Amino acid sequence: MTYLAKPKLHHPDLPKNSLGLTRRDYEGAISTLCAGCGHDSISAAIIQACWELAVQPHRVAKLSGIGCSSKTPTYFLDKSHGFNSVHGRMPSVMTGANLANRDLIYLGVSGDGDSASIGIGQFAHIMRRGVNMTYIVENNGVYGLTKGQFSATADRGSKAKRGAINTDEGIDLVLMALQLGATYVARSFSGDKEQLVPLIKGALIHEGAAFLDVLSPCVAFNNHDGSTKSYDYVREHNEAVNHLDVITMHKEITTEYEPGAVQEVRQHDGSVIRLRKLESNYDASDRIAAMTYVQSRYAIGEIVTGLLYFTPKPRDLHGSLNTVPLPLNQLGERELCPGSAALQKLNDSLR
Amino acid sequence: MKLEAVNDFVVKFANVNGSGSASANTLFAKAILRMGVPVSPRNIFPSNIQGLPTWYEVRVSDAGWLGRRGGVDLMVAMNPQTWEKDVAELEAGGYLFYDSTKPLPKSKFRDDVNVVGMPLMEICNAAYADPRQRQLFKNIIYVGALSALLDIDTAEVEKLIGEQYKGKEKLLEPNIKALHMGRDYALANLPPLGLKVKRSDKVGERIFLEGNDAAALGCVYGGATVAAWYPITPSSSMAEAFGKHCRKYRTDPDTGKARYAIVQAEDELASIGIVIGAAWNGSRAFTCTSGPGVSLMQEFIGLAYFAEIPAVIFDVQRAGPSTGMPTRTQQSDVLSCAYASHGDTKHVLLFPEDPREGFEMAAQSFDLADRLQTPIFVLYDLDIGMNERLCAPLQWDDSHRFDRGKVLSYQDLEAGKRFGRYLDLDGDGITYRTYPGTHPKRGSFFTRGTSRDRYARYTEEGSAYVDNMQRLLKKFETAKELVPAPILKRAGKGSRFGVIYYGSTAPAMDEALAILGAESMSVDALRVRAFPFPDEVIEFVNSHEHVFVVEQNRDGQLRTLLVAEGMLPSEKLTPVLHYDGTPITARFIKKEIAQRLAAFNVSPLKRTASGE
Repeated sequence: MTYLAKPKLHHPDLPKNSLGLTRRDYEGAISTLCAGCGHDSISAAIIQACWELAVQPHRVAKLSGIGCSSKTPTYFLDKSHGFNSVHGRMPSVMTGANLANRDLIYLGVSGDGDSASIGIGQFAHIMRRGVNMTYIVENNGVYGLTKGQFSATADRGSKAKRGAINTDEGIDLVLMALQLGATYVARSFSGDKEQLVPLIKGALIHEGAAFLDVLSPCVAFNNHDGSTKSYDYVREHNEAVNHLDVITMHKEITTEYEPGAVQEVRQHDGSVIRLRKLESNYDASDRIAAMTYVQSRYAIGEIVTGLLYFTPKPRDLHGSLNTVPLPLNQLGERELCPGSAALQKLNDSLR
Repeated sequence: MKLEAVNDFVVKFANVNGSGSASANTLFAKAILRMGVPVSPRNIFPSNIQGLPTWYEVRVSDAGWLGRRGGVDLMVAMNPQTWEKDVAELEAGGYLFYDSTKPLPKSKFRDDVNVVGMPLMEICNAAYADPRQRQLFKNIIYVGALSALLDIDTAEVEKLIGEQYKGKEKLLEPNIKALHMGRDYALANLPPLGLKVKRSDKVGERIFLEGNDAAALGCVYGGATVAAWYPITPSSSMAEAFGKHCRKYRTDPDTGKARYAIVQAEDELASIGIVIGAAWNGSRAFTCTSGPGVSLMQEFIGLAYFAEIPAVIFDVQRAGPSTGMPTRTQQSDVLSCAYASHGDTKHVLLFPEDPREGFEMAAQSFDLADRLQTPIFVLYDLDIGMNERLCAPLQWDDSHRFDRGKVLSYQDLEAGKRFGRYLDLDGDGITYRTYPGTHPKRGSFFTRGTSRDRYARYTEEGSAYVDNMQRLLKKFETAKELVPAPILKRAGKGSRFGVIYYGSTAPAMDEALAILGAESMSVDALRVRAFPFPDEVIEFVNSHEHVFVVEQNRDGQLRTLLVAEGMLPSEKLTPVLHYDGTPITARFIKKEIAQRLAAFNVSPLKRTASGE
């Protein structure tokens, strides 16, 4: 936590992206979270990912619910419109926003309490509708703002700071997202920027429902021995199945890999998602296998990370509803109002 | 005794739901309408799909009274389950039409009503082998018989059947045949009734339309592009009608693509969340629900109020509390909508009186929501929503432009227009907003349900909070000028007594006022059309010695609002309340008001030859 305002002046040598913007142009207000909070690392990763992709900051709409994680949209992309909605209900607000203007990038940030407890219904339904979005859960297994109660993603047997043992089964949002039809599903760790940044980039360019479960330790209430969401525990038990690179269209692909070890998929916007396998048997295009793999590894105490599933040609809600290509919020009277002549005809049919 | 009446009687059909009676009964009502005689039908139905009692009550009124009258002159008793109750409801001298295939003991009848028995089952069994056909055509056969008994023009009935089965000639002929089967039997075997339909010219240009259908059409005309809803009686047919109208009027003719998005959400919480998200992002959006849905939406409604996001909510009221009587009508969500959500909130409410006004107010609600940047409730009820009602033709002014309210464009921001999301530049309590994605450098802000300053920056500073809450009050004052004004009906030279009413009470009230006037108990009437109350409402109360407030709820909810928000003395406002779930009747209103007037020493004048 810092009380110092960031200086407005930029260092002249800061690197610029293709829009001529520096990383600083993607920042937000100073974080008010605890020093060392995993969430701040995720905010930094979002900033990095947006800068690398040269996203226009004002074309992003960032939405959240309530909780520590949901406060973070204030800390990145201050040129974007933000919406801090109500607890657990960000998905419906994001769905509506997306329907109104299909041309913006929708970034939803939520927490495990927000998405797995109070908002589990809305979480489930936004996934099954296939809203084109990036949905990040900053998962620390506890309620931070109310001082450390277990959340629904806390593993059974995990110990609270004051010694209580969680007796309820934990919810794995990755498994839910897979079952409910999300078309890009990943898990990462706030402490692994190298893995996280490309996963966020891949999610941002994915044109369907992209879900990221990011383990993000709570230094204040869930970073002790016996917790399964602490920095130490996650570092020791996380097993990455692959590494992702997102290569934007203007960059040349030069590195060479052994055949079979790398999968490259060209995206709709021309960029390429390159998936380097770390676990040779893992196939990220097989949804059923992904679910089995995540569960079987969990049973032996491993947290599987990486891009767990994706389909390069996703469906999305606008496709299902067959809406016009022009954003609905740009339609005017001419397109929307049938006028008096049509009404006259209707009147005639009602006599 | 035999009741005698021409174009002025009530027919009630007692059926079993799921038996296909609805379309036959509608056919009956429309045939009378086509003869130029006003009718007002009402569905009285259970929360069930098959097997439970359902009624269809048709009021025929050449005088044009469209409210429920009360009492029944001709009962078409097709449901053995409700026989006793149905027979008991008949007026003395009325007619009981029933299926006489199986003999009933004399104790099942009343001495003071006229029994018209027709062996419907026997006729059907002889004519049809298939049990489903027997059931369906039985309905058409009794319509045929009634058309003969009441002098309804057969040609009109045939024409309507022709319109219904246009393109399905296979179904057309058997229906016509069944109609005549019933008609011929009645002409040959049944005694004439004292009730008759005579061709008239009292329908005029009016149209016959259901409230939910009309309100949905209003949403199309008002420019709604996003609808989110969760099925709940009696509002579901509004969402379905919106879909129907959109497919017709909002499909891009070149591409076949939709200029609208409709989401059947997982619950009412998601419905209102979707509406708020869409409206925040510049689309006109609405949800339609009933009381239980509004209860579920409370938290989000507070967010929309406090964060100032336009949202249109249609509440088609039913009898509460809790699940209450889900298929019965009431006006019992007035307070829960007016003050929806925790903390200090107040919301704009609109009260349409019929489908036509439902159409107009639906369209207008989007202008109001955008202008006021707040939730707008369009509050009607099952009586309006799920019944076809005769009303003035729908009208639209093609020169009307959507009022999108105070929204800064890219050009405005580029030109350096001052922007603070919650900064009141015009003194009307309404601030400027921007849609997401408008400008790369200017106009972005953070929307939140937490307290913030005029520039949308989070703050827990008491003075900034109070500043904002006071501005919201000022905005509510501004709303008074924008919402539909009340409609005054002065009785002749005016009366020292007044009556206030709203919504679906209107047709019964119109009739009650005429009866009271005819009996020299005239009262001035004011139909309230919106909350916050425009000044005329307060003036009406102040300028009358005593005012009755007629409502369809137990607690006098609008009266409570008048006392609380209009600072009016409660002893001056007498509640007249009807809340058994059936639509209020003119007879009820007249009786209640006359009784109370008696307490003020006003009694009906006995007319004498000398006029004294």
